[in-house]
Amino acid sequence: MAAGTFADAHALPLVGLEDAVHEGPASKRIITGYGFWIFLLSDIVMFSCFFAAYAVLLGQTAGGPTGAQLFNLPNVAIETACLLLSSFFCGMASVAAEVRSHRWFQIWMAVTCVLGLAFLAIEFHEFADLVARGAGPSRSAFLSAFFALVGCHGLHVSAGILWLLTMMAQVFAKGFRADIQRRFLCFALFWHALDIIWVGVFSVVYLLGSAA
Amino acid sequence: MSELHDTHRQAGLAPGDEEEINVRYRVLGYVVGLALAILLTATSFFVAGTDLVWQPSIPVAIVVLAIAQMGVHLVFFLHITTGPDNTNNVMALAFGLMIVFLVIGGSLWIMTNLNHNMMPMDQIMKMQR
Repeated sequence: MAAGTFADAHALPLVGLEDAVHEGPASKRIITGYGFWIFLLSDIVMFSCFFAAYAVLLGQTAGGPTGAQLFNLPNVAIETACLLLSSFFCGMASVAAEVRSHRWFQIWMAVTCVLGLAFLAIEFHEFADLVARGAGPSRSAFLSAFFALVGCHGLHVSAGILWLLTMMAQVFAKGFRADIQRRFLCFALFWHALDIIWVGVFSVVYLLGSAA
Repeated sequence: MSELHDTHRQAGLAPGDEEEINVRYRVLGYVVGLALAILLTATSFFVAGTDLVWQPSIPVAIVVLAIAQMGVHLVFFLHITTGPDNTNNVMALAFGLMIVFLVIGGSLWIMTNLNHNMMPMDQIMKMQR
């Protein structure tokens, strides 16, 4: 009786522990996601260098225009809304991919793409406007840092849109195969991570930059 | 299909994964994330332009709101959670955050210090003449 109680008391937690620890090798999907997450973190570390440069050079305007004179906050709010909604619809597309609904996947991906393109169009217009007003990247250290950071994010969004279109074509041509699902998982992570970086951009560059 | 089944039997989840395919529950997660993100963004933009709060607190408020919103994105959109199946992802995130804070904090600290200790530019110009 005593031995039985002893065994019962210790067997249960041990079984639970073994279930948690010895699951065998993780599935390919988990390993792919983990590897891509490491890449995203290294990308975020790279962006942190641009953020540091911008924060250091914020006051170095060389007699040129400051952030408060240049930035158009309503414009930035529209850009933010575009990117946030496109991140949300990318999430909707991942739900559609998981239930393998071709129609909804393509619809949500198209919405994601249109919002991403709207973001890029507004950003490009803003850059062209700044250059036309003589506030291009060569005007001051502050503007060099600004164009480097925001332009680098814009390049990432452009690459993301190319990837998005590739994913739409691959799902259309090959269906929701396991390897296509893994590629889409990586794309969704990339797109959400771009939105995280944009949170830093609109807070540090635009809101703090126009306050300084 | 068998791989999908295997994935869901596994305890470990990739970032971006959820254990159950429950459409309503998953959509609700994204909607909650979107609502929180909109709330935090709107607060951020409001705080930046208002006269209602003590002015020197505004930069701190904006930074705090931004960090909160990044957390919302990580949890609701990238599904980085504190669950036991997500340990590797969280550890990688912690290491990444450490590097980010070292780079940004260290740069700001050193450069402020240098600026503080450096002679004003016009005096340097006078010395060079």
